[in-house]
Formats: sequence, C-alpha cells, structure tokens
Amino acid sequence: MTIAAEGKPDDSAQQAGRPALLQSEAAQGIALISPTFLYALAMLAVPILVTFAHSFWTQNYMDIDRTFTLENYRIALTEPIYRDLLWRSLFISLTVSFVTVVLAYPIAYYISFHGGRHKGLWLFIITIPFWTSYLLRVMSWKVILGFNGVLNSGLMALGIISEPSTAFLYNTNAVIITLTHAWAAFAILPIFVSLEKVDRTLIEAATDLGDGAVRRFLRVTLPLSMPGAISALMIVMIPTVGDYVTPRLVGGKDGVMIANAIQAQFGKAANWPLGAALSVTSMVVVTAMAGATVFILRWAARQAR
Amino acid sequence: MPETPMIKIDHVTRAYGAFKALDDASLTIQKGEFFSLLGPSGCGKTTLLRMIGGFDNPTSGTIYLDGQAMNGIPANRRPTNMVFQSYAIFPHLNVAQNVAYGLKRLRLDAVEEKRRVEEALGQVSMAHLGKRGATELSGGQRQRVALARALVMRPKVLLLDEPLSALDKKLREQMQVELRKLQQAVGITFILVTHDQYEALAMSDRIAVMFSGNIAQVATPKDIYQRPVNRQVADFVGGMNFVAAEIVGEDSGTITVETTSFGRVKTEKPVQFVTKGKAATLGIRPERLRVLWDDATDKYEIAGKVVDRHYFGEITHLIVEVPGMEQPLSVSETNNFGADDIPVGAPIRLAYDPDALVALAD
Repeated sequence: MTIAAEGKPDDSAQQAGRPALLQSEAAQGIALISPTFLYALAMLAVPILVTFAHSFWTQNYMDIDRTFTLENYRIALTEPIYRDLLWRSLFISLTVSFVTVVLAYPIAYYISFHGGRHKGLWLFIITIPFWTSYLLRVMSWKVILGFNGVLNSGLMALGIISEPSTAFLYNTNAVIITLTHAWAAFAILPIFVSLEKVDRTLIEAATDLGDGAVRRFLRVTLPLSMPGAISALMIVMIPTVGDYVTPRLVGGKDGVMIANAIQAQFGKAANWPLGAALSVTSMVVVTAMAGATVFILRWAARQAR
Repeated sequence: MPETPMIKIDHVTRAYGAFKALDDASLTIQKGEFFSLLGPSGCGKTTLLRMIGGFDNPTSGTIYLDGQAMNGIPANRRPTNMVFQSYAIFPHLNVAQNVAYGLKRLRLDAVEEKRRVEEALGQVSMAHLGKRGATELSGGQRQRVALARALVMRPKVLLLDEPLSALDKKLREQMQVELRKLQQAVGITFILVTHDQYEALAMSDRIAVMFSGNIAQVATPKDIYQRPVNRQVADFVGGMNFVAAEIVGEDSGTITVETTSFGRVKTEKPVQFVTKGKAATLGIRPERLRVLWDDATDKYEIAGKVVDRHYFGEITHLIVEVPGMEQPLSVSETNNFGADDIPVGAPIRLAYDPDALVALAD
C-alpha cells in the first residue's frame, strides 16, 4: 500500500509530461491500428473503388472509354453464361459452407466436450494440413479423385466398380469435395470457440429439468453455439464464391465458377470493365446471400424455442 | 411434522482414486423438512447433494428417494430439482421461457403451462418480470428465477447448492427469510448446501455438519449450537471458548470434570464421547459469559483482566485473561450497558450458567 501510494505522484507527473493527444485512450487506439488501417485502405478500399469505377466504363480495344454506361451490368446480369456461372458459384459455395459446418461441428464438439487435457493438441493436429500449400492440397485431391486415382483403384479392388469412373473429377462434385476439405479447419475453430463459451452448468440445468442428451443439445448447446456456427458459415461461404484455383484445377468444364470468368475478362478477353462489373455483381450477390443466411438461421433459431 | 423418510443415504461413499470425498455416510431426511448440509469447502457436502440429484454416482452405498433406490437413475429421471450456485439461467431465453423449460417435456396445454409458470413466478415475487431477458436480471432476480424454474416442476426434493452465496449481505438475509417461508408454503423437502453457519441455523429444521467426507453431527440448529458433539463442530458453528479440564467422575450419561477457572462441573456426555485418560475439553459460547457490573454478584463467577476489545456495532467482543487459563476467554456482550466503553487493562468479573458448559470430544 505504502509503495503504491508513493509511486502514484511520480506516475502522474510523467503522464503530465506527455503530449495531451497521446493520453486519450481513443487516440492511442487509433495510433495502434493506423498502420494496418492505412495498409488495408491502400490495398483493399482503393482497388475496390477502382474496380467499381471500371465497371461503368467501356473497353475500346486498347483504351478505356470513360463515359458512364450500365452496359456491363446488362451483360453480367442477362447473358446466360454469366448468370449460370454466378448461380453455380452461389450453389457451390452454399453447399460447401453447409457441408463444411455440418462436418466441422461434431469435431469442434468432440474437442470442446471430450478433448480433456488434450484440447491444445487436437487443435494443433487440425492445423497440420496447412503446413503444405493450398495448391498442393488441391493437387492431391486430383490424385485421389482422378481416372487412375486412389478412389477409383480402391473401388475397383473392392469390386464395387469394374472400370475407373470419371464421375469424381472435373465436375462440380470435385470442387465441392476439395473446397470442403480446404476450409474445414476454418469452420472448426469458430465453432470450437463458441462451444467453449457454453457454461457447462447450463447443460446440467437442462438435464435437471428432464432433458436427455439429444434434447439438451438441441435446446441449449446448439442455440448457444449458433453464433460460432454462423461465423463458420460466413467464413467459408464468402471466400468460396470467388474461389479461382480449385475450379480451375479440379472443376473441369462443369466446375467453372464466376471467378474463372472474371479472370478471363481481365486476361485473355481483355475486357476489364466487364470483368469489373462481374466482380461488383458477385460482391453484391454474396453480401445479399450472407445476409439472408444469417437472417434465416436466426429466425429458425427463434422458432425452435 | 410427520416422520416419513424422504431421503435415506445408506452407507454412501464417493471416492476419487484414493481420496474419499464422502466416506461411508448415512443419513435420513424427513418429508417436508428443511435440511442443511453445513461444512467448510471440500467437506463433501456438494458431492452428496450432486449424488442425490443424480449428477454424480456413489462408489458404494445406496441413496433412496421416497423409498426407491436411485442407483443408476440419471438426473433427468429423478424427482429432484436443483438451484445451482451460479443459478444457470439460460441466457437465450427470457424469464418465463426459463421457468417453462422443464414443463415443455410434460406437454401440458398452453393455458395450463402458462398458469403454472405464472404461479411459480408469483411464488418468488417475479410475476411482473416474465418477459424480461435472462441477461437483464440482477443477482437476486436470477436466484428467484432459478428457484421458480425448479419449483414449477413440483419436485419431491429441492436441492439448493449455496444459493445465497453470490448475494450481498442484506439481500442474503432477506432471501433466508423468504426461502424459509416459501418452503413452509410449498411443503417440499429442501436440502440446502452451505458453508455459512448462520444461514444454516436461521433456515433449517435440522443440520448435518460435515468435515472431510464425514458427517460429524445431525441435529436441530439449537442442538448443533448449544450441544455440539465435538470440538470441530463447536469451533465451526459460532465462536467457542475451550477450557482444559480433568475428568474426576463419569457414569453412563454424564461426566464430572474439574477445571482451574470454572471449578467442578457435572455435564451431559455427548454421544460420541470417548474418554482418553483424564484430559477433557469444556466449551462455553462467548455470549454465555456475562459481564458483572459494579457490585453485582453471581453464584458462578470468574475474574480476569480485559486485554483486548473488538467493536461490532450491536455487540462488543472482550478478550479476557483469566489467571490459571492458557487461552484468554472471548466474551460477547451487547452494548446496551456500555461494554464498548470498558477500557483495555481493566479488571472484570464474569458470570456464567454452568449449564452452558459443554463437554466436547476431540
């Protein structure tokens, strides 16, 4: 006590010596985030604005005609090819995110409720696939799903099929399988965190009030871990819509997604404004889809009570 | 009170490896009784409560509930309900939904369910707060919701795990009175776990005092306080002056001891009393020693000197050194007559009632 009391005047003297600006906590906070913030502004906000601007211009062979036009959006929204690609991308990302969350939930549940002292070890094991590059992981799925791949040889050895099937690779399913695997860890972590926050006494209370294992899961654990499941869904859904590498490598003709079309416009087709319009369109659609998903899940959770 | 056993604990042991949280405990709790399990932390009281509720299982022994053995019956199938120490209010549900939680399984019609929820909320004076969210409640309100949520199930036994320990003193005292009233109104058997002796004394019909996995004494609050069986119980429940004594006579029900300061005392022998040689311990509560003012005299009195004084508002604790005694006596005197003004160092005479002296097993 005495020491603290003696220390105090010194402290305030030192604080008074600092510029007043740095004393406010808000100012300190802003100072702390400003490098990242400025970097994000330069690398994220500015490119988005550039893309947005481009989407209202026209490609005129080698130059860009900067008169305002909605023609790019007309093409993006009405041309069957882009509309189909967008729908397929949404379908794939929605499927991938739901499948990923449904598969990740039991793993997160197991680690949180039965991991015991080894929770840290389990989480560490889950990150092991990330020790190799994303590209290598996608390529290895090619090895598994391919014509002479592990899956086909295995099924043939078991006598389930007589000749290699081409149904596994170069289609939508291949993209879904590969993306689900790639994003699993990102889904497990937020679900795990929200399950960790569920007060175990609440589960005992539900038991005390007559609930068996299934009912108390549905009535207490699931609703309370919903925020984690929703963030997992978003974490997977939003980036997978725009995934480019996976459909390119394992998607074949049927697995092409909107990002591949956008890449084509910025690359070979050399029509930046149309590419930009496709980008903006998919951004808007993804936002709408994510919002709708959150809304629907929250509504469903309320109804379930 | 009709003497029908509601709970019978029959030689129950709960071991964790070599450590016995509860060691061969036997106990009978009557129907409609307000029963407390009192003891310091780690004495096994919560373990016993959780085993009655079905959250833990005995390593050996049997718990009977209303005549039925409970071995292997999970918590969700037992006619008991629990008020948890942390209250365990479901944060995603409002007050009425919390109370209705257990009723959903009974599939009552909506009107009946609503009636029972309102009745339970009424019993805990929360009728107007049914729509309030669980996270918007004060500590006392959370406690009431937890109570209503358990009572609405109409359990045979209500288990309360230190329900008042999170409340501030004033609210705790108010809730003690309310809980007691509520128990008498609903007539359900209440089993309260607490480490607060005053709480146990104020609310219970009977108390079991527990130490390190063993039940030391089961008795009414008055007997626990006035006739503790051993030194440990005497020391845990309220303050106690211990006086070294020598046994000079003993028969089946009484013992006679000789002390330097209190003279020769004949007293009731506690149940578990085992004589070890000639040495014995006598106990007297600080408030059973009375200050003799001015020229007042008493048939039984001892003289000493005040060496310290602690002021507690309505009472003062005087620490009195008595010649020939190893430990100074602690005296609790009300401040009506000016005990707070007795100077340290002053000579003092104390009166006592020999009936207040109890023989204690070690």
